[in-house]
Amino acid sequence: MDVIVGPLFTGLSTGSILLLAALGLSLTFGQMGVINMAHGEFIMAGTYTAYLTQQLVGDAGVSLLIALPFGFAVGGAMGLILEALLIRHLYHRPLDTLLATFGVGLILQQVARDIFGAPAVNVTVPEALRGGVDILGTTVPKTRLFIMALAVVAVVAVTLVLRFTPAGRRIRAVVGNRDLAETAGISSRRVDAGTFFIGSGLAGVAGVALTLIGSTSPTTGQSYLVDAFLVVVAGGLGRIKGAVVAAVALGALQAVFETYSTASLAKVGVFVVIVVFLQLRPQGLFTLRTRSLA
Amino acid sequence: MSKFLQSRLGTWSGFAAAALVLFGLAPLVLSGFRLGLFAQFICYAIVAVGIGLAWGRGGMLTLGQGVFFGMGAYLMAMHLKMADAEFRGGPGSVPDFMELAGIRELPAYWAPFASPVFTVAAILILPTAVAVLLGLAVFKRRVKGAYFAILSQALAGAFAILLIGQQSLGGFNGLSYFRYFFGFTINDPVNQRMLYFITAAALLGVVAVALQLRRSRYGELLVAVRDAEERVRFLGYDAANVKVVAYAVAALFASIAGALFVPVVGIISPASVGIVPSIMFILGVAIGGRATLVGPVVGALAVAWAQTALSEQFPSAWTYAQGLLFVLVIALLPGGIASIPALAKRLKKTRTASTPAEATA
Amino acid sequence: MNDIALTCTDVQVAFDGFKAVDGVDLTLRRGEVHFLIGPNGAGKTTLVDAVTGLTPYTGSVVKDGTELRGKKVHHIARAGVGRTFQTAAVFDNLTVAQNLDIAAGAARGPWTLLRRRKHLPESVVDTMKRIGLAEHADRAAGTLAHGQKQWLEIGMLLVGDADVLLLDEPIAGMGHEERETTGALLRDIAGERAVAVVEHDMDFMRANASRVTVLHAGSVLAAGGVDEVSADPRVQEVYLGAERGKETADAAAA
Repeated sequence: MDVIVGPLFTGLSTGSILLLAALGLSLTFGQMGVINMAHGEFIMAGTYTAYLTQQLVGDAGVSLLIALPFGFAVGGAMGLILEALLIRHLYHRPLDTLLATFGVGLILQQVARDIFGAPAVNVTVPEALRGGVDILGTTVPKTRLFIMALAVVAVVAVTLVLRFTPAGRRIRAVVGNRDLAETAGISSRRVDAGTFFIGSGLAGVAGVALTLIGSTSPTTGQSYLVDAFLVVVAGGLGRIKGAVVAAVALGALQAVFETYSTASLAKVGVFVVIVVFLQLRPQGLFTLRTRSLA
Repeated sequence: MSKFLQSRLGTWSGFAAAALVLFGLAPLVLSGFRLGLFAQFICYAIVAVGIGLAWGRGGMLTLGQGVFFGMGAYLMAMHLKMADAEFRGGPGSVPDFMELAGIRELPAYWAPFASPVFTVAAILILPTAVAVLLGLAVFKRRVKGAYFAILSQALAGAFAILLIGQQSLGGFNGLSYFRYFFGFTINDPVNQRMLYFITAAALLGVVAVALQLRRSRYGELLVAVRDAEERVRFLGYDAANVKVVAYAVAALFASIAGALFVPVVGIISPASVGIVPSIMFILGVAIGGRATLVGPVVGALAVAWAQTALSEQFPSAWTYAQGLLFVLVIALLPGGIASIPALAKRLKKTRTASTPAEATA
Repeated sequence: MNDIALTCTDVQVAFDGFKAVDGVDLTLRRGEVHFLIGPNGAGKTTLVDAVTGLTPYTGSVVKDGTELRGKKVHHIARAGVGRTFQTAAVFDNLTVAQNLDIAAGAARGPWTLLRRRKHLPESVVDTMKRIGLAEHADRAAGTLAHGQKQWLEIGMLLVGDADVLLLDEPIAGMGHEERETTGALLRDIAGERAVAVVEHDMDFMRANASRVTVLHAGSVLAAGGVDEVSADPRVQEVYLGAERGKETADAAAA
């Protein structure tokens, strides 16, 4: 039983961590086509938000509950500022956006280093989330269950917002056809800012959650970023569903590879699988309007 | 001026001037230590020439050049380690770091690197072949732009993690302490100077190759693919092949640079080949002017020099400077330093053009 | 002489169940300027996309005995089927001469490609004259006027030895004089080639068409000579609207 449940659970758990990190990206990259390399640093900002909240509040459980919305606000605010100051001016240059936001990420990392120091700090896990639960004969850490639950909540929340709120409808309209949405009276500039706020806020939430299973350091976010981008690439553009499936699949794949080889070979294995996958399904990855051939 | 630079005479005088600086002036004014540093910077510049070709001319933002740089470096380092072991303990001995790690048996894949010919061939062929395969897989399926950038970045990440996991390649610490370079003692100042000359010659060589590629019909085709890939397809070309060539040449350059880096610097570790060092290769190219021939070289040398001069004394300030440079150059000066004269000219033109208009108004 | 260059048989293109092109038969002959007209969404551009390998389809497209369906875009182009786009797609950063030289060289081997161009091929020089851009040889294509870009694009097909030319709205946005020149150019190049033109402009069509096919909702509504098609009441109804159709019919009768 362990042989199946163990890797399966590890896969789900790794997948939900990936998903939390990637969910915000699937909005900013997937929906808007903006490659924000500072997304990892927004995650990092979330981890330090959790750390600071705990320093101020003391009780680990209460501070976690406060830090989650607070992390969203911090990440979102940073996203708004970045969008207004830099990204807005580079919308037609996606590769340059990537490089410029990488520079922003470098700066944010150094800010964190100067304020909090380079060594990792620790966030205490709340009493209620310590230890594990027995599921089908495997002991599952409660922190991981919490992250899985949070990932589910986040996906449901984003889906509901996109589908049922006026703001969400505007976002989908702009993604579907920017020009048409503009003529329908939607300010695509405000929608872009809003999308970026939500996407970056989700990075902050991911950061808060990640303090439960990892240490908090200036380079915390960077380590999740590339994998998160791969999730969005493999999942296809503009589809939250795609990100969910890809995150779980990549998490499971990583877990399976790790059981049969080493963690480092598993990374390479996952990369190879993605390249092969793109051979079969590159459709989601390029769009071509033939009339203008832009 | 630009006409002159494009002429045959201009090309030769450009190369002559560069050779004079590299082979005459630099060894004359720089101490042995500084000459070694300069050789290290030149290695980065060689990578930059390749990036300028793939990214500046071909539009492929390769965020994974650390992979090819690392391949060249590790392949060379393996040979140097094998040569050291042979000098110490005769044929079949295990390199020193393996003994420390408790590896008694030489891993099978190390054995061929005892041969210098095999090593040089591997440095030239292996990274190029990997780039061709990967390029075909990616470009034939028309994965491009940001997707290609992210994939190449992920490749660099996976490569670094793979290396860290390999104890037989030194793991996290990488490979270091090389004593002999093809039979010559590396510590000998005369040989160090020779290493510098080899590196400088390699730079001139890759610049010459890049120049020929730019000026050939292929170079025009590459720009066409960069600007309107689909259009090129409708003219009957397989655009993927055009891109693969530039990508593979860039990989070859990076591999050569890595192979020279190892004897020059004396260490290669996963920290120099992962995601961050790979993207740092881009900075110099962007600053110098991505689409130009000499811009990437100058930019890479300048960034490497600034890094060495500033990073130890002001580590925090240097990181801020790097970040700001990325933001400012990419956002405000996408053509790099090389575009400043053209920009100034245009500014002057609009100013002179607007003056008579104002006078009549 | 076999003057049939390209035959489309029962071509169908479906997007998510919607039939954008629904069983089109079309024959293009050398020596003819064949106009494809029809209201927006009739499937004209989609048909061109299908023939040139951009959009998958069922049915068959045969050029000079070779089936084109399933071939890659660049193979179809090499087989001599060239196309232009509604928004001129030229290489803005390259000169007129360089644009044409690239278009002329799809069959070049690697050795030629890796060397510098010593002088322009004769076909490039001739074509520059033919499309009226001889004095702009060294100008960056991006700085050309809109109409000149369209001519350059047509020129690129000519030097590439395409003998089936599919032109998507070549005179969109052109002034009166430019239209006349373009019309003359089209009739001139159709001498030994098959030219198909997707167009909305009725006057331009009347002045230059040897044959017309009207598409409506993905199907061929009518085909034949200009007068024949103009007189067809169904064409007037779908294409011009019933009222305007009457006027045009009157005008045609007059």
